[in-house]
Amino acid sequence: MSTLAVAAQPERIDSPTRRSLRRLMRHRTAMLGLAIVVLFVMIAVLAPLVAPYDPTRTSWTAIRRAPSALHWFGTDENGRDVLSRVIWGARASLLAGVVSVGIAMAAGVPIGMLAGFRGGWIDALISRFTDAMLACPFLILAIALAAFLGPALENAMIAIGISATPIFIRLARGATMAAKVEDYVEAARAIGNPRWRVAVRHILPNIVPPLLVQATLTIATAIIAEASLSFLGLGQQPPAPSWGSMLNTAQRFMEQAPWMAIFPGLSIVLVVLGFNLLGDGLRDAFDPRSR
Amino acid sequence: MAGFLIRRVGQIIPTLLFVSLLIFGLQQLMPGDPALILAGEERGDPLVLAQIRAELNLDRPLHEQYVLWLFNVLQGDLGFSWRIREPVAKVILEKLPVTVQLGLMAFAIACLIGIPAGIISAVKKDRPADWVANGVALAGISTPNFWLGIMMILLFSVNLGWLPPSGYVALTVDWRQSLATTIMPAFVLGTGIAAVLMRHTRSAMVQAMNQDYVRTARAKGLAERIVVAKHALRNALVPVITLGALELGTLLSGAVLTEQVFTIPGFGKLVVDAVFNRDYPVVQGVVLVVAVIYVLLNLAADVLYVLINPRLRHA
Repeated sequence: MSTLAVAAQPERIDSPTRRSLRRLMRHRTAMLGLAIVVLFVMIAVLAPLVAPYDPTRTSWTAIRRAPSALHWFGTDENGRDVLSRVIWGARASLLAGVVSVGIAMAAGVPIGMLAGFRGGWIDALISRFTDAMLACPFLILAIALAAFLGPALENAMIAIGISATPIFIRLARGATMAAKVEDYVEAARAIGNPRWRVAVRHILPNIVPPLLVQATLTIATAIIAEASLSFLGLGQQPPAPSWGSMLNTAQRFMEQAPWMAIFPGLSIVLVVLGFNLLGDGLRDAFDPRSR
Repeated sequence: MAGFLIRRVGQIIPTLLFVSLLIFGLQQLMPGDPALILAGEERGDPLVLAQIRAELNLDRPLHEQYVLWLFNVLQGDLGFSWRIREPVAKVILEKLPVTVQLGLMAFAIACLIGIPAGIISAVKKDRPADWVANGVALAGISTPNFWLGIMMILLFSVNLGWLPPSGYVALTVDWRQSLATTIMPAFVLGTGIAAVLMRHTRSAMVQAMNQDYVRTARAKGLAERIVVAKHALRNALVPVITLGALELGTLLSGAVLTEQVFTIPGFGKLVVDAVFNRDYPVVQGVVLVVAVIYVLLNLAADVLYVLINPRLRHA
C-alpha cells in the first residue's frame, strides 16, 4: 500500500477512555474480579428469588445442622438456613460498601476540588483538617463514630463514609491541582467560563479515572469495615442477616458448628478479593506506568 | 537536619490541634444528655443533674468547654471513666503494654514474611513464584483479620489442641505462656501488614534491580546473591522501612478486632467494652491516644527516611 493510500484513509483515533477500557478487557485478573463482583451483585439483587429459605425463619427441629442436601451451608443456632442468610447478607455488605463510598465521594470530591482549585488559606485549612482525620486510623474512627451515632446499619454506613472521606479529599485535591494547569483548563478560563463551570465541566471529567480506581478499592475496605462493625455489634442488628454479625454469633459455636463461621467469612474474602482485583486492574488500565 | 526537624515538628502542631477539635466534636454527636446517663437512677433530681453538668463543664458555652478540655488533655488528664470510675489516662496506660507486645510481635512476623516474599517476588518477576506471592498477598489484604483469627482458633485450638483459644498471660509472669497466648493473635494481626510490606518490597526491589548500579555490579561478575542482597536490597529497603513504621499505626486498628476475637485485655478490647458500656470519655481518650501515636509515627517515619538516606541528610 502506498503512503498516499494510507494517508487517504480516514484517521481513526481512539479516545483515552476507549483505550483504557480495551486494556481493562485484556486484563485477565481484573475480568475475574469483575465476574466475582457481578456474581455477588446478582446474588444480592435476586436474593428473594435465589435464597432457598426465609433468612429469618427459625426452626427448632433443625438447630446447628451440618451442611447437607437440604441445607447446603448448614443451619445456625436458631435453625435458620446459613446459605439463605449468606445470600441476604450480601445485600447488607454490598449496600454498605457502595453507600459509604458514595457518602465519602459526595463529601470528599467537592471539598478536595475546592482545596485544589482555590489554593491559599482554603487549601491550607482543608489540608490540615484532612491530615487530622487521616491521623485517626480508619477503623478506630469508624468505631468511635458508630459508637456515638448508635448501633445500626445506616449509622455504620455514615461512620464508614465519614472515615473514608479524607482519602477522597486528598486524591481530588491532588488531581485538581495537576489538572488546573493544563492547557484545556486555561483555554476554558480564557473564553470566560465561570469558575464553577471550569471545575464541573472541564476538571471533574478529567479526574474521574483515579477517583474510580480509589472508589473500587475503598468499596473493598468499606465491606471489611462494615463486617467488622457488625461483628462488634455496631452494624446490622439481628435478626437481619449480615456477614459480620453471623461471624459474631458463630464464634460461640465453633466446636459444635464450624460451618456457621466458614461460609460468611469466605463470602467476605471473595467479594473483597473481587473488588481488589478489579481496582488493581482499573489502575493498570488507566495508568499503565503504575504496573 | 535540625532545620528539617524543627519544620516537621512545627507541621504536626496544627494537625494535632485539628485532631483535638475532631475528637472533642465526637462528643457532640452523642445522643441525649451525658448528665442523664451519669445520673442513673437520680436522673429525676434537677440538683444532681446541675451538679454533674457543672463538674463536667457542660453548663458552659461550647468553645469554653473545648478550651477547658484541651487544657486538661495537655496536662495528661483525659477525663474520668464513667464505668470503671478511674482516670481514663490510667486505664489506657494499664492496657497499652498488652497491645504494644501484641503489635511488636505482629510487626516482627509481618517483616519476617513480607520482606523475603517481596524480594523473591521481585527477583523471580513474572514467574510462578511471583504469581504465588502476589496471589497470597492479595488474599492477605482481602481477608478480614477477625475471620482469620476464628479460622485459626478452629484449626489450632479446637481441632489440634496446640494453642489456647483465648486469654492472655503477661511476659513478666510466664514468658512461655505469654508467647503461647499471643502467637496466634500476633500472626493474625501480622498477615495483613505482611501483605502490604510484600507489595512495597516487591515494587522497590523491581525498581532497584533495573538501576545502573545493579547492572554495573552484575557486569563486574558478582554473584547474583550478592547483587541482590548487597546492592539492590540495601537501597530498596529505605522506602520499605519508612512505610513499615506507618504500618505500626495500622496495627492499632487491627488490634481492636483481634483482641476481641482472642479475648486479650488490651487497648482494642478496652475501646469495644467502652463502646458497649457507653463509656464515652474512654472512647474519646483511646481515639486521641491512637491519633497522637499515629502522628508521632508519621514524624518518626519521615525522620527515619532522612536519617537512612545520606543524600537527603546532607541536602
